[in-house]
Amino acid sequence: MNGGAHHRYVSTDRRVREDRRFVAGKGQFVADVKLPGMRHVAVVTCPHAAARIRRIDKAAALNMPGVHYVLDGAELAAATQPLMNGLETPHVPRRPLAHETARYSGEWVAAVVADSRALAEDAAEAVEIEYEPLPFVLDAEAALGKDSPLVHEAHGSNVLLDKTFVWGEVEKDFAASARRLSLRVKWGRSSTVPIETFGVVAAWDPWRDILDVYASIQMPRYAEQIAAALKIPGSSVRVHYEVDVGGSYGVKRGIKHTVLCGYLARRLAFPVRLIEDRLENMRGGDAHGPERLFDVEVAFEDDGIVRSMKMRALENLGAYAGRSPFQLGKPIGAIVGPYKIKSVQYRALAVVTNKTTQEAVRGFGQAPTNLALERCMDEIAAVLKLDPLDVRRRNLIRHDEFPYLIPSGTTYDSGNYETVIAKVLADARYEELKAERDRLRRTGKLAGIGIAACLEPSGGNATFEALLNPAITTSTFMESCRINVDGTGTVTATMHTTSSGQGHETLVGTVIGEVLELDPDTVRVTRPDSLNSLPSGTPVGSRMAISLGGAAFHAAQKLKAKLTAIAAHDLGIAPDRAVYERGEVYDGQAPARRRTWVDLVGIAYRNYHRMPPGFEPGLAVEYVYQVPAGGALPDKTGRVQMYPCFSFEFHVLLLSIDPDLGQPQIVRYLLGHDCGTQVNPKIVRGMTMGGVAHGIGAALFEEFAYNEDGQLIAQTFMDYLLPSAHEVPAVEIVDHETPSPHTVLGQKGSGESGYLGAPAALANAVNDAVRPLGIFVNTLPIRMAALGDLIAGAVERQKE
Amino acid sequence: MRIELDVNGTKHELTVEPRTTLLDCLRDCLDLKGAHAGCEHGVCGACTVLFDGAAVRSCLMFAVQAEGSIITTIEGVTPAPGELSPVQDAFCETHGMQCGYCTPAMILAAHALLADNPQPTREQIVEAISGNICRCTGYTQIVEAIALAAERMRGANRPQA
Amino acid sequence: MKAYPFDYVRPRSLDEACSLLAGDDGARAIAGGQTLVPMMVMRLARPARLIDISRIAVLAYVRADEFGISIGATTPQGVVERNALVGAKVPLLARAIPHIGHAATRARGTVGGSLANADPAAELPLVAVTLDAVLSYRFGAATAEVPARDFFVGPMTTSLPAGGCLVNVGFPVWKGDRIGVGFREVSARRSDFAFAAAAAQVALGADGRCKRIAIGVGAVTDFPIRLASAERALIGSELRPEDVKAAVRDELDGHEMLADLHASSQYRRRAAVALAARAVADALCEAQTSRTDAH
Repeated sequence: MNGGAHHRYVSTDRRVREDRRFVAGKGQFVADVKLPGMRHVAVVTCPHAAARIRRIDKAAALNMPGVHYVLDGAELAAATQPLMNGLETPHVPRRPLAHETARYSGEWVAAVVADSRALAEDAAEAVEIEYEPLPFVLDAEAALGKDSPLVHEAHGSNVLLDKTFVWGEVEKDFAASARRLSLRVKWGRSSTVPIETFGVVAAWDPWRDILDVYASIQMPRYAEQIAAALKIPGSSVRVHYEVDVGGSYGVKRGIKHTVLCGYLARRLAFPVRLIEDRLENMRGGDAHGPERLFDVEVAFEDDGIVRSMKMRALENLGAYAGRSPFQLGKPIGAIVGPYKIKSVQYRALAVVTNKTTQEAVRGFGQAPTNLALERCMDEIAAVLKLDPLDVRRRNLIRHDEFPYLIPSGTTYDSGNYETVIAKVLADARYEELKAERDRLRRTGKLAGIGIAACLEPSGGNATFEALLNPAITTSTFMESCRINVDGTGTVTATMHTTSSGQGHETLVGTVIGEVLELDPDTVRVTRPDSLNSLPSGTPVGSRMAISLGGAAFHAAQKLKAKLTAIAAHDLGIAPDRAVYERGEVYDGQAPARRRTWVDLVGIAYRNYHRMPPGFEPGLAVEYVYQVPAGGALPDKTGRVQMYPCFSFEFHVLLLSIDPDLGQPQIVRYLLGHDCGTQVNPKIVRGMTMGGVAHGIGAALFEEFAYNEDGQLIAQTFMDYLLPSAHEVPAVEIVDHETPSPHTVLGQKGSGESGYLGAPAALANAVNDAVRPLGIFVNTLPIRMAALGDLIAGAVERQKE
Repeated sequence: MRIELDVNGTKHELTVEPRTTLLDCLRDCLDLKGAHAGCEHGVCGACTVLFDGAAVRSCLMFAVQAEGSIITTIEGVTPAPGELSPVQDAFCETHGMQCGYCTPAMILAAHALLADNPQPTREQIVEAISGNICRCTGYTQIVEAIALAAERMRGANRPQA
Repeated sequence: MKAYPFDYVRPRSLDEACSLLAGDDGARAIAGGQTLVPMMVMRLARPARLIDISRIAVLAYVRADEFGISIGATTPQGVVERNALVGAKVPLLARAIPHIGHAATRARGTVGGSLANADPAAELPLVAVTLDAVLSYRFGAATAEVPARDFFVGPMTTSLPAGGCLVNVGFPVWKGDRIGVGFREVSARRSDFAFAAAAAQVALGADGRCKRIAIGVGAVTDFPIRLASAERALIGSELRPEDVKAAVRDELDGHEMLADLHASSQYRRRAAVALAARAVADALCEAQTSRTDAH
């Protein structure tokens, strides 16, 4: 089955079933979980960018009313394993509480447990800690320097990862090309910053040996990491996946919070809860995103055809690694974007600094890479005095060239980039848009058109881990679904992870309804806890439509096959003569002879004598789905298939800038989007709109800024600026559907759409606007006032 | 301190510390979990409730300050268990949410707007929700939901032909 | 993010409130609390006792009197925003109020609270300074008045004595016709604190030239300032944008500008000049088209 087919429910305009509980305020978020005897945790944080912890005096805090416990890093380190590390860097251990040395301002040093959160905060102030401030480093390039303070002394260097890949004849292509251009682009430290902070409630049952965990979590292998860190069996951790997660977009991975609370719950024998407040979240929640410096060199011809690219990406990881260095690896799967660049040299370089630790952010490093690539395309156009659109069109992979193998070893599944672009340009009336830009310029404004053509690798896959760390051999990435038709004939399906707004219950219901030709609203979808679950890779890597949709599809197919076989046996015909239709099965040669849904349920549940021999009674099926096109490890040249599916997005916007104030205004914003078959169009549209808004934030507003003392100065919502309804324009989305050949319905991912190209498009628009002044901006975020200063300086120089 | 609060039409006698915010009081003392803590410093709007009919931030008020006022939470605009108000239904129709965390507050902001202005323009809707940050949706489907609710509610009040 | 413990008192009368405030170093008045509460939950402010003055009926009013328009200290900003008298008589104030926070904070935030808080970027102090408003406060049983220009003395700092209670702000009303106002500000997001703000009120003579003008700028210096020398330079002129810019620039040359993460001092200086010129242009345009005595 593939796209283009007629669908009964898929791709139709249906409501999202999760919405009903949310509009009534009846979502079940972690802060809503109330367990008997539950106590509250607050953390004590390090005020220095780097410091040795000399002494911790808990006495005053412990003497305060309602205070039960003060935990320090020494006790926790002795009792637990360090948190999982993606790289082979044993001397860079990461722990929930700093032990002996704290490495960033805001790092957790101690935790207080009290009867209420307010009392815990009171007591946290009373924990006396003596620090010896240490030299620190904040800047990634400085951290590379020979004289730099070392964030982790025992590691001997601040470099955690330095790997260079060469795919294709880079030097030869550079030598043969007529022109080259180099560019430095910086992606500022921002993140997804959900409105719900991370929270966890943990309770230990010593009589059953079970740790119950309720958390606003979105991460793979959560339960097993908790078990490993706490040194308890995996089957002793029970994660409750029915908790609704108030936004994540990658970062809700509070493993350190959970290990801390899990330890406390076991140690104290009562449930504990840690709901980060906003300050804890911003400073020490370890949920910052990439801060990446690109040095890119491209070799191209006079007609704008790009032959080769050399890219160095230097990542400022913050103080600890976790999995964040892998955000340099994932973009390898789409390193050339939608373009036919023949050869690539890529150096992935990651350093530790005395900033907050990073977490996975929407796109897992793809949005910064897209920014660097798309800035290059515009600069090539500027050098050649070509329309940036033409440069892109000349380099695009054509529809008839799919499947298309890129130099780094990934084969793109499908695409029709030129058609998407043509549709957007028709809607935008591109020539008129340019005329409008020029008209704005004549009125004294600065105005620019921004374009970005980007890919969204989707489907998930962990092969970048093996690519960056050969000790890892993970080639499995799976998702599961179980369907049970009960004795009354109603259908219940299960999914085995949390959701943070992606509408997975709707996805499962829709796909099963489609296959079984039943009203999706009659399919109940539940989330068993982790001990009752099948494997899940969780909602990462823009994968759930593909993988959970795939699991649900195949499970439903198994159920359909079983129903058909039961009916065929009961009708006394060969299974291939039996036809399934809307829950009934009839004899293809005598359609009046049929078994209804009720008949079949009755046979499966109550009439074993009518079941086909050897069949299990009942109507339970399950399916574990492996990511398509995956399963291989990198070859010797560092080539590997990464994600299976590639969605495409094409941004065009018109931006005006007040020349006196530097204030940008988006006049018009169009987005062409192709994610193959859309299982639920409302969900896809919302994801895409939200992605653009998030991209506007990263481009213009959001940054975890530090001062020279290493203090995070954007630590509240007064200084870390999330776009409001005022700042987000009405985006005109132009849909196109190029089905993926790899997936059950032709679907691709859309969880990162909009975000992957909006920052690049906005940066290009700003640069188009200020280019007449002879200036450029290649650092995000482009703050209004800084842009105003830059413009004023250029205007002054022009006057002189 | 002992205080009396009128929440969703019911009077409650409560004992709270003066430092307890109205948000924490609603959630912890009255078990009304629809108002959410997002920033707790008055920027994100996830804690919005109706205070004497106006949308306000319940994190920016101590419960003791609210004594004697009429407070409506999302639980109070839900007509009956399992039943949706026209605004709530419109949010479902346009899918004006994703994770649902900011949603109750958005709906209350919409209720406050529509009580005042049954025929808002897009700009007025944007202004009315500009103090409520949504990280998921980019706001478009929220604006559409409020416009749809307004349209339906105007229709509902039209005399039958 | 929970406040440090404190006591809470809600006096019934102004006299009681004033005596509670004057007699206790740890006491602090709270009305709308839209700035104080976040400071308290971040534990940047730790008053031992809050005196809630928000229910004292005699402090909430908008009325015309011999001075002009008087507004009680605890009148919510949202109430003033919708007040027809303010719209007609102090249009600059009406123009500025929508720039304060959001509707949800204006519903609780009070006029007096914003003035007493004295954030350099706040709109109400700017309007008060620009229009030569007069603030009245009580200290115990004593009453005092202070002109806005002497009230604001530093960032978040006023001449209101500790233990004093702001009770009233009076805005003078300009008589005559051909009056216009302008209020402009720039901020990262529309509702954020301004990087720079400018307020202007203009009265034109029969010849169309500037008969009277008030220009103030906010958010760029420790507290909002009225640009008296610029005003003098512009009286009698046609208020051409270039002249306004030059006059404002000249006067601001004598002032140091604030700087922070979001905007540099040179940005604030340029923005203040540009916004002042725009505010005056708006006021001029409005004055030119206002025929009747709307004010």
